[in-house]
Amino acid sequence: MVKENLGKIKGFSIQFLPYSEIRGLDSTQRIKKILGIVLSNNILLIQGRLEAEEETRLIEDTMAMIDHVKNFKGIELAVIGSDGNAGFLGKFRTKLVNAIAGGDIGAVTIVGPATIVKEIKRNPKKIELLLKK
Amino acid sequence: MVADILKNFFKKIFSNLFSQKRELKLGFYGPPNAGKTSLANRICKDFTGEEIGSVSKVPHETRTVQFKEKVEINYKGKSMTFKIVDTPGIATKIDYEDFLKYKLKRGEAKTRAKEATQGVVESIKWLDDMDVVVIVLDGTQNPYNQVNITIIGNLVARKIPVLIVANKIDLRKTNLKKIEAAFPEYDVVGISARYGKNLEEFYESIFKLAKKVK
Repeated sequence: MVKENLGKIKGFSIQFLPYSEIRGLDSTQRIKKILGIVLSNNILLIQGRLEAEEETRLIEDTMAMIDHVKNFKGIELAVIGSDGNAGFLGKFRTKLVNAIAGGDIGAVTIVGPATIVKEIKRNPKKIELLLKK
Repeated sequence: MVADILKNFFKKIFSNLFSQKRELKLGFYGPPNAGKTSLANRICKDFTGEEIGSVSKVPHETRTVQFKEKVEINYKGKSMTFKIVDTPGIATKIDYEDFLKYKLKRGEAKTRAKEATQGVVESIKWLDDMDVVVIVLDGTQNPYNQVNITIIGNLVARKIPVLIVANKIDLRKTNLKKIEAAFPEYDVVGISARYGKNLEEFYESIFKLAKKVK
């Protein structure tokens, strides 16, 4: 799973993961899949977002991996939700769509290895990805 | 059904009877270097005369969960007893090389990084045990940090009452309005843990928060 060039910018790619790829996975499988992609020097764009508990689990597993995977320094993570500052009706509509789709498919999650991604600047409706030199 | 109703009835009666005596676990969470320990120290010093832990400019100074029991906070004639739980800062990345900038030796930096990763895991594990949580943010930093949003999301999922504290209001760079705009559904209190500014509003908010505990 871990490539030797982890941490070097040369050769990184951006991968897109549609929600259909993670919809049927349980939390453990989702996190394993995400970390597997990130550890292979990829910046990952995921359609949708993880559950709150899955996000903390992702952080926990990341911390455990820093101690065990050479050159791995952690991840940069950002999520833009689909509901934003919508009013009551907007939020209700979003919840209804999410319930039908089985997840918040209007959201976008970005995960990248900290060795490549210096910072993800997040404002309510904008994400800026700053890469390391 | 009837058993459940009776159970809830007696639970409510007993919790009302003892709510003022029970020691609530008050957790301090947030990113590294936001001032969690400074604030916890300020409270513990004010009400017990002792501090809870050391503070430093070097991030991840707190690397294990530290707590002080039976801290009785008295404010405007009201009194509540808390177990103050100060947690290591939660981060998604930890690089020992970042500590070298603070003139730590390479070995020390590596040890600090290793302990810091374990501290993050410990912080997350303690989330389940909290009755109320104060999220301490550095008011000079961008509040839309995913760590902040993730912690709050978890607390909401666990139905744990949350208060957001924007620390470092003594610094000109602090933007309280930006933090309020980022978390419109929560009470945000601006304080300076270092200089003890606006702690009255903080204590008032803590008492209000404690009432939301189920």
